[in-house]
Amino acid sequence: MRPYIPKDNVQAKSYYTDRYYVAPQVPKEDVSTDEVFAADLAAISAKFEVKESYLQVGQLVVYINAKDIYGVLEFMRDELKYTQLTEMSAIDWLAKDNTFEIFYQMLSMTKRKRVRVKYFIENGQAVDSVEKLFRSADWSEREMYDMFGIVANNHPFMKRILMPYDWQGHPLLKTYPLEGDEFAAWYEVDKIYGKEARDIIGPEIRDTSRVDRYDSERFARLGYEVPKGTKITGDEPKNPNPYQEEGGVFLIKKFDKESSKIVDDPQR
Amino acid sequence: MAQVKNRLTPFFENITFDRNDSEVILNFGPQHPSAHGQLRLMLHMQQEQIVKAHPDVGYLHRGMEKMAENMIYNEFMPTTDRMDYIASSSNNYGFALAVEKLIGLEVPRRAKVIRMMLLEINRLMSHLFWLATTALDIGAMTIFLFAFREREYLMDIIEGYCGARLTHAAIRIGGVPLDIQNDFIAQLRTFLDKLPQNIKDYEDLLDSNRIWLMRMEEVGTISTEMALSWGCTGPMLRASGVAWDIRKEEPYELYDEVEFNVPYSDKGDNFARYRIYMEEMRESAKILYQTIDMYEETVKNNQTELMAHAPKYISAPKLDIMTQNYSLMQHFVLVTQGMRPPVGEVYIATESPKGELGYYINSQGGPYPYRLKLRAPSFWHTGILTDLLPGHYIPDVVSIIGTTNIVFGEVDR
Repeated sequence: MRPYIPKDNVQAKSYYTDRYYVAPQVPKEDVSTDEVFAADLAAISAKFEVKESYLQVGQLVVYINAKDIYGVLEFMRDELKYTQLTEMSAIDWLAKDNTFEIFYQMLSMTKRKRVRVKYFIENGQAVDSVEKLFRSADWSEREMYDMFGIVANNHPFMKRILMPYDWQGHPLLKTYPLEGDEFAAWYEVDKIYGKEARDIIGPEIRDTSRVDRYDSERFARLGYEVPKGTKITGDEPKNPNPYQEEGGVFLIKKFDKESSKIVDDPQR
Repeated sequence: MAQVKNRLTPFFENITFDRNDSEVILNFGPQHPSAHGQLRLMLHMQQEQIVKAHPDVGYLHRGMEKMAENMIYNEFMPTTDRMDYIASSSNNYGFALAVEKLIGLEVPRRAKVIRMMLLEINRLMSHLFWLATTALDIGAMTIFLFAFREREYLMDIIEGYCGARLTHAAIRIGGVPLDIQNDFIAQLRTFLDKLPQNIKDYEDLLDSNRIWLMRMEEVGTISTEMALSWGCTGPMLRASGVAWDIRKEEPYELYDEVEFNVPYSDKGDNFARYRIYMEEMRESAKILYQTIDMYEETVKNNQTELMAHAPKYISAPKLDIMTQNYSLMQHFVLVTQGMRPPVGEVYIATESPKGELGYYINSQGGPYPYRLKLRAPSFWHTGILTDLLPGHYIPDVVSIIGTTNIVFGEVDR
């Protein structure tokens, strides 16, 4: 049977996958193979419920309950010497089971170890802010809110950070298209010219690879040049003047000033 | 078209006018020459003193994480150049290393040596650029010209290697695409032989310069707790009393085979950071001399491999592609569909010139990463301005932004 691909995931998909292809796994090791991690995990699981734990690529991954996060990070910082929260963000699993996975990347400089603390939240559920423990979470949680719409409780300034304050939609959701949605297409038009100018200006073209062959403003139409701004009909004559003389040598010897049109106004 | 009213209304409009106190909000940026990019700072001021600072970022946001989710792994490599565009090979390298760890690849020794050369050249370029721009912000024009001159030599060397001066894309997943050019080592040696004298020239101009000291000493002091709490890394952290260098503590490539020191200071002020950048340049030169020896050793041992051999993930050498059918087929699949790393996740941190550059990749076995998080050091080095600036005066803002060495391609991603 083919694997189910969620219909509202609008990200790029591979156009061909061998149906018998079984993706290999990055090996997961048992925590007991590393003494330091085993001790840390024992200390954490003595106080908090640990759902799952393993080692992957030399780092400990611990799954906990969402409500324990503040306690776990405080315990790790104060007792286990994981003094830095290097990174935190979310992963969108809405299409799979309507959850987000939140990860916190912790670093202990004395032990030279990195731990990833993770938990799942339901869609619409808020997380507890750890900004009181690590100031770096101030901006990380704002970024997470900006990108996924996940609110952090007790955060001092829960506003967008990278997108404009009045933006709608959360760009890193799998349901959000790469080139932006309807709101994104009208955002700057509305801001700069006002809604009433929509008909005149039209939506912003956000597909950067788009080439409009009827556009004489931005494209040179090599070989079929027309004056800037001309309406293109499609039957423009080919430009008889060759670009290079004498078989592609970048030298102009035959330039005839008399028969050339001199453009005085650079703006035309 | 008829002129229509501009509807831009800042959200903080008229906050101060309702108040009786003398607090002024100064809008610094987003187009300020000393903001090193698109940084907007909203500074609440009592007279000349800052009481509250609110950095506003996002003016250069291009959604690189979103782009990564829509690109095959090799396709994303040139995009990483645009993060820290002052030292773009270090971004390439961080991404390549993360994918290699995910796959479990071992890179040939010669490629490792070339990568280390590129990384350290990038570190020198970045530090020279830092010195030039920071000194210029503070008013030292001579240093700017001197440091840009040296940086130009390095850019020429890099240009000879990969053809680009700023956005190198000089590293591939699994190795490097090319061997270094014939005169690479000779040029590098010439540069390195001159560098100590150059650094000494900068120091002669700055170390006892009264203006430089006034703007640097006891300004922008970051305590160890604050640096750790804000996730500061790299020179920012080392200036605040933590001798943590990922090259030393969690060595990648061949950094465990080279000898170098990790300069650090417990002062935490602008001047400490300046000293650390200068010392790191010397250490980079030391590493580069050793990599030249290592490279010549690989030549002697005839270790010519530049890319890892992993047919499932990495294309075969060009010669094989052109002569062997199976290599050609694999190359075709890898280019059109992309490699499919195993299911799993990885977080790999490398020491970029700015600090800890981390890549978190969550792969679900497809040709596109399911989630890719870019951990750029400058993001937190900008965030720390919230707590660092209050209490300082307006001219200090410029020197503090200078020594934090933030690059907005990396902050906004």
